[in-house]
Amino acid sequence: MSPELVLFLQTLVSGILIGFVFSLLSVGLTLIFGVMDIVNFAHGEHLMLAMYATFWMWTLWGIDPLFSLPVVALLLFILGVITYRLLIRYVLDAPMLAQIFVTFGLMVFLRNLAQVLWSEDYRRIGDTLLSGRIELFGIFIGRPQLFASLGAVITTGLLYFFLKRTRTGWALEATAEDKEVAGLMGINTERMFALAWGLGLASVGVAGALLATFNPIFPEVGTVFVLVTFVAVALGGFGSVPGAFIAGIIIGIVQVLGGFLWEPRFKTVLIYAIYLGVVFIRPQGLLGRR
Amino acid sequence: MQRIRWQLLVLVLVVLLLLAFPFYVAQPFLQRTMILVVMWSVLGLAWNILGGYAGQVSFGHAIFFGLGAYTSTYLFTEWGISPWLGMFVGAGVAVLVSIVIGWPSFRLVGHYFAIATIAAGEIFAVIFRNWKAVGGAVGIYLPIIRGDRLIDYQFQEFKAGYYYIILAMLALIVLVTYRLERTRMGYYLKAIREDSEAARSLGINITRYKLYAMMISAAFTAIVGTFYAQFVLYISPNTVFALAISIQMALVAILGGTGTLLGPIIGAAVLIPMAEYTRVYLAGRAGGLHLVVYGLLIMLISVYQPAGLMGIYREWQHKRAARGMVNDSLPVATAEGGADDAVA
Repeated sequence: MSPELVLFLQTLVSGILIGFVFSLLSVGLTLIFGVMDIVNFAHGEHLMLAMYATFWMWTLWGIDPLFSLPVVALLLFILGVITYRLLIRYVLDAPMLAQIFVTFGLMVFLRNLAQVLWSEDYRRIGDTLLSGRIELFGIFIGRPQLFASLGAVITTGLLYFFLKRTRTGWALEATAEDKEVAGLMGINTERMFALAWGLGLASVGVAGALLATFNPIFPEVGTVFVLVTFVAVALGGFGSVPGAFIAGIIIGIVQVLGGFLWEPRFKTVLIYAIYLGVVFIRPQGLLGRR
Repeated sequence: MQRIRWQLLVLVLVVLLLLAFPFYVAQPFLQRTMILVVMWSVLGLAWNILGGYAGQVSFGHAIFFGLGAYTSTYLFTEWGISPWLGMFVGAGVAVLVSIVIGWPSFRLVGHYFAIATIAAGEIFAVIFRNWKAVGGAVGIYLPIIRGDRLIDYQFQEFKAGYYYIILAMLALIVLVTYRLERTRMGYYLKAIREDSEAARSLGINITRYKLYAMMISAAFTAIVGTFYAQFVLYISPNTVFALAISIQMALVAILGGTGTLLGPIIGAAVLIPMAEYTRVYLAGRAGGLHLVVYGLLIMLISVYQPAGLMGIYREWQHKRAARGMVNDSLPVATAEGGADDAVA
């Protein structure tokens, strides 16, 4: 293989790998949106918290991210339920401004709380059980990245299975479809909303633990990922889990290829341009319905 | 009648106090904070025209702020054109860009619109960060001009010069907003905010009126951008195109109360001194502390009182009016109603 081709493939593979992580993040966001029509503007900050949780467990108690992952997911699940119970519940029927501002305020609060508590320093998790890289047909793949994308695919698959194959999953989808009718059918919609927040944040928790193994951790790390996530959710269709999954991968590929073929500095512009293009041309996204 | 004369008196008193401010407060820190309070009042009111009255939540207003700052600064440093002229050119550029962004974006509603404005804002930040001709990520330093002539838009000895300029801008936008509240367009915007479908069915061209709101909003934001550049004498993509600018503009309006004349001013008067004090006295590690409090305030307000501090004030006023009805004769209550109107 020619060196250019290897480089190209190398780039493509890394794009797909990070794309899976974007997918997982987007699935978490789209789940909440789909069930209750609320955008969690603090999504990136929840990711940040998950990354810090992973970091502190590793630094303070030497727990490898591989093992702290389920704990982080559980913590974020609980945080999601608490967020719903304390904040979101009160704005379900409020004007849209209030709905936007409540998670927006949460974003400002969490980001700056992290800054006050843990300073603006970039932190990294050193060598973990996952460190190192493997070689495959002349292409190098970082083991943390590989593991992250594997973990993301598995988590997304489990979530999808849960939604499509379990009774609770059906109840959740029914609530998303029409909460009044779902309520009449005997579904406790209040619990379903809390569950959606729990699951949405738990997937962010998994993504955070995975990303923490190879990404620097700092209070504003959420912004790096959250805009990409918004774009993926819009591209896939607000509320569509498979759509978000596919869109995440597409965006991962576009991001790295854009950087590779054009200008790395403009790769973010490319992604936002995709968002604007999607919402203007096909507002319902790839797999969304309206 | 008695009430209205009272209010006029209060208004005159407030205006006099504001005009005389630099003469009874000499401390530089307080003067600077006051300038910032007025500046953020103008920005909050500018955001409010689109976000409050028309109900289109934008998190991308830094675009217009940055365009105002960059246009006047570039024209001045490269071609020696006075920032006064540059200010209007900047406002013109911002209005054009607002049309380009607004025209397609107004097909989106609610969250979709808000996210689109974030995306647009980030695109501008990235473009300016990489645009070599305007200084790239480093930005532009403005030359310091001594002598304090009004034409230079710089006041090195008499800092109050800045204060009076921004105060004049505040007076202008207060007048515009006051007029807006009482004209057809103001009612159209409120109708669009409350129910855009119903507004459309009544024959209101909703895209056109949203666009008008955005153009006015963008123009005011841009002239404050120029003011900021002249005041700080240094601009960079990370300061003037920052998402933080967009966010703070929204915060000021939300905290005080969106869709009201006094709300954004009250919001700025509460938020900015808090920010400045924590920044100065808790410098370093606790740098984000005031923002933690902001975040908390915003959450509490959106959950318990989406109408902001103005909403709390109005509720209190209504309660008082209700009590007045019981205790006194009826005319007092109607006078309260009139007062409510004049304040709002």
